[in-house]
Amino acid sequence: MSDAVAALQEVAAAPRMRARILVKSGTAGRSGAAYALAAPALILMLMMLLGPLAGVIALSLTDYQLGAPSFSWIGLSNYQEMFADRVFWISLKNTLAYVAIVVPGAVALGLGVALLIQSGAGLRSLYRTVYFLPVMATLIAMAIVWEFMLHPQFGLVNGLLRAAGLQGHSWLQDRGTALYSLCVIGIWQATGFNMVLFLAGLVSIPKHLYDAAEIDGAESAWSRFGLVTWPMLAPVTLFVVAISAIRSFQVFDTVQVLTKGGPSKSSEVLIYTMYTEGFEFFRSGYGAAVTVVFLAFVLSLTLLKSVLGRREVHYA
Amino acid sequence: MRALGRIHPWSAVRHVLLLAGALVMLIPFIWMLSTASKPQTEIFSSDLHLIPYHFALWDNLKIAFAKADLWRYLLNGLIVTILIFALQVLVALPAAYAFAKLRFLGRDVLFALVVFCILIPPQATAIPVFLLLHKLGVLDSYIALVLPFTISVFGIFLMRQFFKTVPDDLIDAARMDGISEFGIVWRVMLPTAIPAVTAFGIFSVVAHWNDYFWPLIVLNSEHLQTPPLAVAHFRNNEAGTNYGPLMAAAMVIIAPLVIAFLFAQRRFIEGITLTGIK
Repeated sequence: MSDAVAALQEVAAAPRMRARILVKSGTAGRSGAAYALAAPALILMLMMLLGPLAGVIALSLTDYQLGAPSFSWIGLSNYQEMFADRVFWISLKNTLAYVAIVVPGAVALGLGVALLIQSGAGLRSLYRTVYFLPVMATLIAMAIVWEFMLHPQFGLVNGLLRAAGLQGHSWLQDRGTALYSLCVIGIWQATGFNMVLFLAGLVSIPKHLYDAAEIDGAESAWSRFGLVTWPMLAPVTLFVVAISAIRSFQVFDTVQVLTKGGPSKSSEVLIYTMYTEGFEFFRSGYGAAVTVVFLAFVLSLTLLKSVLGRREVHYA
Repeated sequence: MRALGRIHPWSAVRHVLLLAGALVMLIPFIWMLSTASKPQTEIFSSDLHLIPYHFALWDNLKIAFAKADLWRYLLNGLIVTILIFALQVLVALPAAYAFAKLRFLGRDVLFALVVFCILIPPQATAIPVFLLLHKLGVLDSYIALVLPFTISVFGIFLMRQFFKTVPDDLIDAARMDGISEFGIVWRVMLPTAIPAVTAFGIFSVVAHWNDYFWPLIVLNSEHLQTPPLAVAHFRNNEAGTNYGPLMAAAMVIIAPLVIAFLFAQRRFIEGITLTGIK
């Protein structure tokens, strides 16, 4: 009996072995094809991503200006100039303030909306669609709509304030409120995106954990949230915070079209500084130095996110 | 009575809160439609009303289309987004197949580079890529709009993950039939990957239809403008004077994607949240 099994196994193994040898010899012949298939992607990757990434760091060490016949290596002079420039510090401070406002706002609202939607059965997909709409709509077009809504004289916001007996305000023209107005637009746009990520996280929480919590005496919705939802959602939340922060660091569209960084630099942000230096004054070297600072922030956030992302997989 | 009894108090609170939030989300859209439908005199009045007394949407649209060649800009948007997506697929799919199913020297190192490139934010490479396009003499052209995005490292990563799940037997069978490795990518792998390619396509088209940063940098000519650039241009020319046609133009620019989204929301949400995995 056992002999028969052994014989059968041997018979079964023989073609498999032959197949393996075949595959091996095939593989050698196929590695040429593999390079050919991957080559266009790798060449473009070198040309459009890795090369320019090295290029931006190299450029930041030169005084190159677009159209100039030559350039020279000037070491860290661009950085020295940048760190001595008041505008750079204002720009960095504004960017950090924007991130510090939009991230908690859009994450908390995204989580709140996701929890509300998930807490009942009715109209789920309608709500999801409505809250997601701002993510879809071209931001530049909607920024222009917001600008009109914030119009000091004929805007909806001031109109409603006046109707309520309150004083209107020049939201985008006042240096005390310009950045905060842009934050509101940022939160309005990012909430739906975060909501969808949280909804995916909520759906993946196993139902039996809630049953177990209920047996253990967690009767109110609030205690079930504290006992099950929040701990299970913590990795997703960290992940969403990191993504929101990365996206907020990149704020540009609304600034460029609505405030141009003003009034008096009150809404100047890093990418806008990079844009004006690099593409309006064509000071490529200095613009590259600003980019490197931006890159340092975003890359560290991205690394944080991928570490968290890996842990999330582990939890799931 | 019984019907009332069935409504839980929480359910009512839930709907009230969600509807209030939904209204806030929708206000800019509602106000855009409302303003686009009002004649000039009603827009510049301190009397706040949602429904126009005189319905002027068609007039505003007519003015918008007369002042700006909106058809042309929509066509530019279509050309650019479709070209980008088609080239991304053409470049990424063979590479993804090689990384997923073929063995070659340096594969793991090269794939690690691909993953690293996903981390690079697009603004970071803008200045050197701009200088490169300047050297090549292709600034202010469709090439400048499309070329930098023909490589999607994220697309390679995504499709490679998907191809990993395709059984090897399928590929071996195709080889037995004498199909070349290149042929396998398009005749065997692509058909199995349609859902993943669709999700990636939505992600790509939405991102590039809405992109403002790159077209702003590389374009000068008005006739090449993509929709976001065109609407910003329209606003700069007409600022403070012509809000009706401006809102009508904004409406036209967002319409294609919003309508497509309303028809296939599940797919769109899936596609766009791919950035989450990034």
